[in-house]
Amino acid sequence: MDLFDFENGREGYYGEYGGTFLPEILHTTIEQLKTEFRKAKQDPAFWQEFVSLMQSYSGRPTPVSPLPNLSAKLGGAQIYIKREDLNHTGSHKINNVMGQGLLVKRMGKSRVIAETGAGQHGYATATMAARFGFESKIYMGAVDVARQRPNVFWMENMGSEVVPVTDGQQTLKDAINECLRDWVTNMDNTHYVLGTACGPHPFPEMVSWFQSIIGHEAREQILTAAGKLPDRIYACVGGGSNAIGIFQGFMEDTEVELIGCEAGGFGPGQGNHAARLAYKDASVGVAQGMKTYFLQNDDGNMLETHSVAAGLDYIGVNPILVNLWEKNRVRFEAVTDQEVTEALKLSMRLEGVIPALESAHGFAQAIKEATQMQPNEVILINMSGRGDKDIFTIADALDDQHWKQFISEKAAGYRGGES
Amino acid sequence: MSLQHYLADCHEQLGDKNRRAMLMTHVVCGYPSFEDNWQALEVMQEFGVELVELQFPFSEPSADGPLFVKANQSAIDAGVHVADCFAFMRKVSNHFSFKVIMMGYYNTVFKTGSDSFLKQLKEAGGEAFILPDLPVDEAGELHSAAAQYGLDPILLMTPTNTDERLQQLANAARGFIYTVARKGVTGSSTDMNQDLAEFIKRCRQHTDLPLAVGFGVSKKSDIDFIGEHADIAVIGTAALQAWEQGGAVKLREFFTQLTQS
Repeated sequence: MDLFDFENGREGYYGEYGGTFLPEILHTTIEQLKTEFRKAKQDPAFWQEFVSLMQSYSGRPTPVSPLPNLSAKLGGAQIYIKREDLNHTGSHKINNVMGQGLLVKRMGKSRVIAETGAGQHGYATATMAARFGFESKIYMGAVDVARQRPNVFWMENMGSEVVPVTDGQQTLKDAINECLRDWVTNMDNTHYVLGTACGPHPFPEMVSWFQSIIGHEAREQILTAAGKLPDRIYACVGGGSNAIGIFQGFMEDTEVELIGCEAGGFGPGQGNHAARLAYKDASVGVAQGMKTYFLQNDDGNMLETHSVAAGLDYIGVNPILVNLWEKNRVRFEAVTDQEVTEALKLSMRLEGVIPALESAHGFAQAIKEATQMQPNEVILINMSGRGDKDIFTIADALDDQHWKQFISEKAAGYRGGES
Repeated sequence: MSLQHYLADCHEQLGDKNRRAMLMTHVVCGYPSFEDNWQALEVMQEFGVELVELQFPFSEPSADGPLFVKANQSAIDAGVHVADCFAFMRKVSNHFSFKVIMMGYYNTVFKTGSDSFLKQLKEAGGEAFILPDLPVDEAGELHSAAAQYGLDPILLMTPTNTDERLQQLANAARGFIYTVARKGVTGSSTDMNQDLAEFIKRCRQHTDLPLAVGFGVSKKSDIDFIGEHADIAVIGTAALQAWEQGGAVKLREFFTQLTQS
């Protein structure tokens, strides 16, 4: 099924979700973007240029690795992971960013802006801007700046200006609002590199298209590695770009079950989590340029969200995935912070892999379900990013005494240096 | 009387007010409080403003600048709900002689339900609504329903629009048109210049509706300029800044310098 065939519906709509809800001042800009994107998508040379750039610069194709120890320990399905963590900059975010970078070159713009939550998208955008010679500004919620300092460090050192956003909840959604404010002022020379498959059309389609490189590779790789298609595929869902990226490789394979794993945070209840579909606390709304499910109150104002993973801590969700959820093509589950920490420990100890806290949501749900499956069944998890960036958060979650001591000593050293 | 006729009458009376353009002012409902709003509106009434936008606070005010963003957030934090805004609007429209317009974001309408929202807006004495994040392409049903209630959708025209798009906007607009004097969000200053005059002229070619000029109006020469080229000067951020600096006293000073030569 072609998710992006709008012939029998409205352009930019997936079922009743999606659309383009932007201030009038951006109408012309978004129309130009649609036109340029359409031209690029229809040009096979553009996709080839993209793939070859990703091969030479980001190490694609990323492998699919078996996790034999974890599989044996659980005694159920055979577990494999798609290694998006092995991309340059450490996550799948670079796929979308380099693709949009090529598009920016075609549009002749010289400046890029981006929002970032976990910092991975900002980090990737800063990398792309340095590589292509664009001026860049990254908007990041002040709360996220505080919990993701290592990514901020790299962004700044690659020449991006990182602006902490102090409005609202000071997280991803507020960074998106700030990008829109920048864009309505500077659209002539600026492209907004939206980081996930959300926001106004054509972003959900465009980001999904670039991320589909994951699914195309993964289908071929898992057939070779496991000798069959996976029975179930797990991917974490914040905005939803890594999930739609891997799922697209298996859209026609109706026997493959697709599972989106949301941030269950502290568990159900408004304000405790960022699970839009798996829990029942969200409803349909229009914000941040699109119509989709949002965690909002009866007035349509957005609720506080919580997740241990900054990259999943978001009020809305990819409209394409919502449509697939309603059609029962994608199942949604929520994973709590506690379950994520346990899954992370298991992955590190048994397999020597460190998934990002975001990706660990997919691991946790897979681990839960694998034990109920047969040894001849196959699970594929999208390991969307690596956990190195989360060292501070993970060290806190694990209450690691050696780490705490190291940080104390380091801080004492800096204080000594100042005096 | 329709909004358009009301504005035509007001335009006739500008000579008596010794002013060259009509004025549309703005308050964010419940910021700093409804009591402050009321006092600010009393000052606005003193200076004979013709229109007032009551902004319904929204958690994601992406078309607003820093001052209004803060105002929206504070109002929500203080517990201002949609129902409170309608109740306030009813009091305001009963008491004051200016006409009242709802300003806000589309999710407030969507989540309340279009029909319920329009019904409440009508009952509260509102004349029109401005939803800057609802493009005309998505607004067909809402606009039709609004027409049934005699409520006018106020559309925005911007300098980036093509002539074809301006015509499309003009075809859907009623009441008056809000022309955006420059790129950017609310609250930054605009140099009233030739480009702006040209842009307003371009808008004028597509519509006979009164034209309001928004974003960055703060001094008397701005009003004179707008009076020369368009019809309504929109005063937003500058008035809220005055209020924050010194309540009714500062706001009165602000309107005095704005309206007297």
